[in-house]
Amino acid sequence: MVDNNNTKILAKDVDVFYSEKQALNKISMDIKEKEVTALIGPSGCGKSTFLRCINRMNDLIEICKVSGSIKVDNEEIISSSTDVVSLRSKIGMVFQKPNPFPKSIFDNVAYGPSIHGLADTKSDLENIVITSLKKAGLYNEVKDRLNEPGTSLSGGQQQRLCIARAIAVNPEIILMDEPCSALDPIATAIIEELIDELRLNYTIIIVTHSMQQAARVSQKTCFFHLGELIETGDTNKIFTNPDNTKTQDYITGRFG
Amino acid sequence: MNNTVTQERIIALRKKRSAQDLRFKYYGFIAMCLALAVLVFLLYSIFSRGFTAFQKTTILLEINYDQEVLKLTPDSTEKEIEKGKFFKVKKNALNNVFENLSKSDAKFIKKLFSTNIDNEIKNYFLNNPSVLNTKQKLWVTAHSNVDQMLKGNASRDVPEDRRKLNDIQLSFIDQLVQENRIQKEFNNFFFTRADSRHPEIAGIAGSFMGSLLTLFVVFILSFPIAIGASVYLEEFAPKNKLTELIEVNISNLAAVPSIVFGLLGLGVLLNVFGFPRSTPLVGGTVLALMTLPTIIIACRASLKAVPPSIKEGALAIGATKSQAVFHHVVPLALPGTLTGTIIGLAQALGETAPLIMIGMVAFIPNIPTGITEPSASLPVQIFLWVESAERGFQEKSAAAIMIILLFLFMMNALAVYLRNRFEKKW
Repeated sequence: MVDNNNTKILAKDVDVFYSEKQALNKISMDIKEKEVTALIGPSGCGKSTFLRCINRMNDLIEICKVSGSIKVDNEEIISSSTDVVSLRSKIGMVFQKPNPFPKSIFDNVAYGPSIHGLADTKSDLENIVITSLKKAGLYNEVKDRLNEPGTSLSGGQQQRLCIARAIAVNPEIILMDEPCSALDPIATAIIEELIDELRLNYTIIIVTHSMQQAARVSQKTCFFHLGELIETGDTNKIFTNPDNTKTQDYITGRFG
Repeated sequence: MNNTVTQERIIALRKKRSAQDLRFKYYGFIAMCLALAVLVFLLYSIFSRGFTAFQKTTILLEINYDQEVLKLTPDSTEKEIEKGKFFKVKKNALNNVFENLSKSDAKFIKKLFSTNIDNEIKNYFLNNPSVLNTKQKLWVTAHSNVDQMLKGNASRDVPEDRRKLNDIQLSFIDQLVQENRIQKEFNNFFFTRADSRHPEIAGIAGSFMGSLLTLFVVFILSFPIAIGASVYLEEFAPKNKLTELIEVNISNLAAVPSIVFGLLGLGVLLNVFGFPRSTPLVGGTVLALMTLPTIIIACRASLKAVPPSIKEGALAIGATKSQAVFHHVVPLALPGTLTGTIIGLAQALGETAPLIMIGMVAFIPNIPTGITEPSASLPVQIFLWVESAERGFQEKSAAAIMIILLFLFMMNALAVYLRNRFEKKW
């Protein structure tokens, strides 16, 4: 159990509305640095919505209105003056379904660094790509075919390619929106191991439907239900001795 | 007991359902066969009428390039040759087509030849100046009436006063055929000349070039505007009443009869802005306006077809909105946009009505070389030829339809090729 008190993300009274419908109701939580925080809860409870608030991906949805406050490193991000481009370069995201660009494996990873101007020379860029692929545990599998399309990889490899793509722009936080739900158990196990390694360097927030996965990979767990944050705490505690009966019911499979 | 009754009912129903299925399959098959039969009939009627236009009739003529008659010397410059008395040489040659011609019959001879043969005689001399003072046998173009008679398009069994050629001329033709002095050869005029009043020397080169230049203008105007408009509407525009209104009206514009765009061209482009009349510039502008909605709709459909996850992926690593759109969405939509544009161009190629309104229906005997020169276009050329009374133009119009169909076919093949070549799977 990692014990630190460095708050990375501090959310206070976050409300989200889709048109008239309220999706999140006064969510407040703090997320510690270099830990894995799992967001669990039944479908439609708002956990993905909360995740997408953190890197402002909800902006893409016209009808979505976010209010309240989220501070990343003590900087307010729910405001019109926030530079979403630099925010998103600091907060990487991995999606539910692997979404590599229809380009080569190399270009997939190199795209982020090159638009942000992280590499001065071609060899710099190559270094970034190779390091990122290594960190994502994919390099040994693809080193001989970096020029093949990213879409030619298997689902699990594609997802790791997306992780490498996110890592390549040096984020501090990685958001994962059910990253294993489209993968088979073996690919899932590989990704879970990878998450365990990545937590040494990154703050990770993962949305998952699988309670076992939350128990395996996370240090903190937040349980959402009907747009409210019911309980948050150490994963061990939540899974063994939750305070709230709803949490108890959910993790023991009585509803959800 | 009850159970078996239910079983029987289920079986009967299943039979009925599969019969229905089969019946529907046959309906579809019959419909397809009907469509195919109509298409085959259409193509057959066009080809059977049109293919003869690719041949022309020529008559062997013995020309005496006499220095005295031509009023030329071996040292004459090209300019002097242009002024040579070739019509006299021609006259002599015509008088000697047959031996012992009576004067009254001789005047019918002239009508067997195209009015263009002066030029043919002169051009031969321009290309071979050494033939001065020699006798040359030249195959020169026959008159359309002769051509049509020999191709079997005109009947010789009708009374003389309802024929273009009288009995004497027919006997001349028979004699020429017998002596092998008349033949059919490849009709190069059809592909190298512009329109003419004389069917035997009318060609589609002028209208083809006109159509090509018009399409060029359409492409230059509509492609960038359509891409810009559809990218803006699809990716950047806020969803409000104004953009909704624009979207609805783009769909409405796509359904506006093309002649209305012609009126717009006449009223605004010609009368207000003073564009040159009958030119590919104004024709292309009108057709671009007409095809823009079609292309925009196709472009937007292909932009919509790009999975949003690609754009989200780009945005999530910190791409700006325009980077996400232009690095990822637009390249993926490009095959669809190109296909849509080509389909739009194909529509523009076949359009006649708006061009008539802006004066591209004029008789233009020259091949245009620029977008500001008066020119014809293929569909209007077909329209003009179908209208003419001369029998020689009938096969020409069918042949021009064949050319325009080939043109369309090639454009569609290009669209399919581009789509397959650049389409990316994900």
